[in-house]
Amino acid sequence: MERYTKPAILLHWLIALLIIAAFSLGLTMVNIPGLTPTKLKYFSWHKWLGVTVLALACLRLLWRLTHAAPAYPAQMPRWQQSAAHALHALLYILIFAIPISGYFYSLAAGVPVVYLGLYPLPVFIDSSPELKPVLKLVHYWLNMTLLAAFFLHVLAALKHQFIDRDGVLKRILP
Amino acid sequence: MILRAPFVSAIVGSIAVFSLASTAVAAPLKVDAGKSTVSAVFKQLNVPVEAKFKKFVAQIDFDSTKPDAAKASVDIDIASFDLGDAEYNKEVLKKDWFNAAQFPKATFVSSAIKASAGALAGTKYDVTGKLTIKGKSVDVRFPLTVKKEGNGQTFDGAVPIKRLSFNIGEGEWKDTGMVADEVTIKFHVVTAP
Repeated sequence: MERYTKPAILLHWLIALLIIAAFSLGLTMVNIPGLTPTKLKYFSWHKWLGVTVLALACLRLLWRLTHAAPAYPAQMPRWQQSAAHALHALLYILIFAIPISGYFYSLAAGVPVVYLGLYPLPVFIDSSPELKPVLKLVHYWLNMTLLAAFFLHVLAALKHQFIDRDGVLKRILP
Repeated sequence: MILRAPFVSAIVGSIAVFSLASTAVAAPLKVDAGKSTVSAVFKQLNVPVEAKFKKFVAQIDFDSTKPDAAKASVDIDIASFDLGDAEYNKEVLKKDWFNAAQFPKATFVSSAIKASAGALAGTKYDVTGKLTIKGKSVDVRFPLTVKKEGNGQTFDGAVPIKRLSFNIGEGEWKDTGMVADEVTIKFHVVTAP
């Protein structure tokens, strides 16, 4: 069966790992009570991870637009193919929307993002006590949507591997 | 900024007291609290963050024709420090940071205001004075810019300080890797004629 191209495979796994790291760090940091140096450090790391994901997502989208994904197996039902496309589209949207919502949430909180503590990134909006709670909710619910989409994505991959045994998962394995 | 009645009366009251006590030739100016700001800019992992002190009283006795007689003082209510997050606002009032329970006010009192050499007359001054935060007094020196605005005047300046010389950030916060030692206190005071 035809596989994804090497750069597509690399970007898929790299982004997956970074998202898992950023997601776990995000949950950890918001549960640290009060104000500690560790908490502030985690917030910064979380933002750097998010910006990295966004940059890689741009690369990945460009690559995907110029390199077609391998076709699904002929025996795969049409509705499953459509569902797979829809879920992949949702995942693509989320890997952009989540870092962007987090970035604006940080700006609204009055904390610009300095990538790796070295490169100040653009400040598009002023700090805003009105926008801050809204963006916080948006960032949170986009992440919960990602979590649900991620589980569906993994379950579907496992189904292809162990129930359908159609080699779909092998297309993306490193 | 929303002005609360006690705040306004505090300003009016202190100006009144100041006027009575003042022997300077120049009359104290009327500060427009709604348009004036005092904030601190600090760097956290190189990220500049600005937070305002929402309550303060500034007294400026200034006549550009007699700058040597000028005096300025500012009383800042530490508990009004606003980082834009209720939880953090509470945290920084604790012992390691401002210890606001013991030291509720920060103050600045000028000792000399001199016209800066080389600047256009009446625009730039060199200010020296004593800044007291968390019970520690430090001599500071900073440039002051004065502008006429409408019938009033504006007074702008930035005072560079080191937070550790005031013991702001004790314990694990002494490490300046996370929050830099260098902090800038910025002010913008607007006075009515």
